[in-house]
Amino acid sequence: MTTPNAGGQPVLETGGDDVISGPLYAPGKRLFPQAAHGTFRNIKWAILVLALGVYYGLPFLRWNRGPGEPNQAVLVDIVHRRFYFFFIEIWPQELYYVAGLLILAALILFLMNAVAGRIWCGYLCPQTVWTDLFYAVERLVEGDARRQHQREAEGWTFNNILHTGYKHAVWLIIAWWTGGAWVLYFADAPTLVHQLATFQAPMVAWFTIAILTVLTYILAGFMREQVCIYMCPWPRIQAALTDEDALNVTYRYDRGEPRMSLKTGLAARSHGQAAGDCVDCNQCVAVCPTGVDIRHGSQLGCVQCGLCIDACDAVMQKIHRPRGLIAYDNENNIKRRMAGLPAVYRMIRPRTILYAVAIVLIGAVMLTRLLTRPSDGITVAHDRNPLYVIDADGSVRNAYTVQIVNEQGQPRELEFAVSGLKGAKVQVIGVVGDGPDFPIQVDADNTRDLRVLITGPLKEPPHASIPVTFSVTDPLQKSEMMATDNFKTP
Amino acid sequence: MSIDNIPHADHDIDSFTGVSTTGHAWDGIKELNNPLPRWWLWTFYITIVWAIGYCFAYPSIPLINGATTGFLGWHSRSAVVQSLDALQASRGALMQKLAATPLDQIEKQPELLNFARAAGAAAFANNCAPCHGAGAQGSPGYPNLNANRWLWGGHLDQIYQTILHGVRSGDPKGHQGSMPDFGKAGILTKPQIEQVANYVRSLSGLKTETGIDVAAGGKIFATTCAPCHGKDAKGNTTIGSANLTTKVWLYGSSLQTIENGVTNGHGGVMPYWGGRLDPTTIKALAVFVHTLGGGQ
Ligand code: SF4
Ligand code: SF4
Repeated sequence: MTTPNAGGQPVLETGGDDVISGPLYAPGKRLFPQAAHGTFRNIKWAILVLALGVYYGLPFLRWNRGPGEPNQAVLVDIVHRRFYFFFIEIWPQELYYVAGLLILAALILFLMNAVAGRIWCGYLCPQTVWTDLFYAVERLVEGDARRQHQREAEGWTFNNILHTGYKHAVWLIIAWWTGGAWVLYFADAPTLVHQLATFQAPMVAWFTIAILTVLTYILAGFMREQVCIYMCPWPRIQAALTDEDALNVTYRYDRGEPRMSLKTGLAARSHGQAAGDCVDCNQCVAVCPTGVDIRHGSQLGCVQCGLCIDACDAVMQKIHRPRGLIAYDNENNIKRRMAGLPAVYRMIRPRTILYAVAIVLIGAVMLTRLLTRPSDGITVAHDRNPLYVIDADGSVRNAYTVQIVNEQGQPRELEFAVSGLKGAKVQVIGVVGDGPDFPIQVDADNTRDLRVLITGPLKEPPHASIPVTFSVTDPLQKSEMMATDNFKTP
Repeated sequence: MSIDNIPHADHDIDSFTGVSTTGHAWDGIKELNNPLPRWWLWTFYITIVWAIGYCFAYPSIPLINGATTGFLGWHSRSAVVQSLDALQASRGALMQKLAATPLDQIEKQPELLNFARAAGAAAFANNCAPCHGAGAQGSPGYPNLNANRWLWGGHLDQIYQTILHGVRSGDPKGHQGSMPDFGKAGILTKPQIEQVANYVRSLSGLKTETGIDVAAGGKIFATTCAPCHGKDAKGNTTIGSANLTTKVWLYGSSLQTIENGVTNGHGGVMPYWGGRLDPTTIKALAVFVHTLGGGQ
């Protein structure tokens, strides 16, 4: 059986005939969720303050990397193609770290999901955090849910226009600040702030800020839960990831039903009749930011923010019943309790162990790789066209592009050499000398491309592919890097 | 649009949604008659207004010779010029440095060398690759620019001059001189051509035909060919005569090809690029070609 809930979206009732019917398109309905108070609300506040604090503040954190290098702790330098994260500096060819981070993030999401459902959605997702903030502003400016309902009924009175305008202004400021903080990650933050304040910032900064301002304003101010219900892929993915042991925000209907008013319940109990703890006060629905009635069971609209737990706990406390009518729990335990068995909470089970092991493994591999990565490198690319050249005297010449990377903050004097082909003549374009060692200077934190020509001795065997080794040594630091390629003959 | 505007619509109300249907049904599936959302409608109206404004502001309505100009005076040609100017400006520092640096100094500065090679490679791909090949490897009749045998000289400034003025290009400063058609003009007979062709092959150690008087070919060479190719057949880069003693062949080394060349002559054309490409780009091209490997 389905019931359109407060949000208007079709919901699936547990124990029904498991079919979703009803319109797939439902007109959006504005929600006026009530403020909740309690443990989960406090956790959410703490995360909100922390997350936004980091987001808005991080670009201003300084990190000394030495002269000539940016001193911003976190910086994506698109022009010079570098990514700085505290002591880590990532070059474009090391972008696989970012891929690794994404894999790690996905696994952490999986683990969170296996342990306690949509923790991401309920507490961490930017959509949730900003929507939460916007709701808070709305309640602050326009009054609590009841007052907001009133205002809607009153229509456009002067007072309402004033307050609505005020609210949108605050929203827009937050939205602008959100976009503004974003661009600070791509340039030196204090400089850019100064440029923005004096209207001298580059066009692209204004554009980015404008786009993000509009997006934040629309997503957090208007679309809100619609994003989660209609747009976001994560609810669909998590439906496939969850299992019967995962803890989800659950209405313990074994305890709550049959629901009845407080008075009827008291009377029923005094006559020894069954009476549930749910007093049908609707508080859980009233606080829900997505307009869900959790008593219909686990459902798509629920982002598992835990606010209904807070609301319900407050009610239970007032009527002197034990808290936790709505709690992180699962269907299995409800069934077990109804069968007179104790509930079991299986946090540690093959699935969570697997995820945890994978996270630790990948994290360890990435960390080792990061800590042991060389600070210089050499790559060789053989000319593909032509593969070889026959010179006037009939000797065969191959050409290569050798790239030498110096990731250190100081210029380096390196020695470049080629080995493996006896009697070959080596030339480096732009570098005087015949070798075997060629002195090569590479600027600080830079690369240098060399065009290297190897002319084989006359009478090279036909169709040969002879391995040659290219090396750079740093005589001061006693380090050596090598790369190999082939010398090809007709 | 409301339901009333639709003729013959039966006012069937869908029970679940409470919305009337259009009266169309397919296998029992009925189409709801939901009005277009307001924002959509307004967006649509705005696009119409926009389109009208656009027609006045920009060239739009085609006429017999061209189109209406639009009051903004926008013109695709001037837009191209503008973006080209912007491109030149954005290339900025290094391009200017390249322009200001004497040709023979460029390869001594690593950064400038890399820049010139990159700029040269791009210009080469656009302008030179159709004849010389994407890797400058050449093909019969089109020199391989990687090899170190040069018709008009392989020094940097010689390469620069060749690119600037071309070969038999119509530019008065371009390289002239061509290989005459000794056979067609009746200067050499067929057997003589055979002899001289065999002699030429022998110069670079290629096999000669049996029963041919190669020495006679040598004599013919000394009188007929040596004036241009030199007594030692090493060619002369001032007149573009090929060095015939190397393993590099412009047209190929087969007997038939050489006989064909002596009979009909050669005179391939390379266009001049001065005036088509800016001097800095030509500089970059010269550096690129010079550093391919065969440069001298
Ligand atoms: S459903 Fe998507 S947008 Fe909504 S809270 Fe979850 S992850 Fe965020
Ligand atoms: S039902 Fe409860 S946990 Fe789910 S979104 Fe609503 S308030 Fe949050």
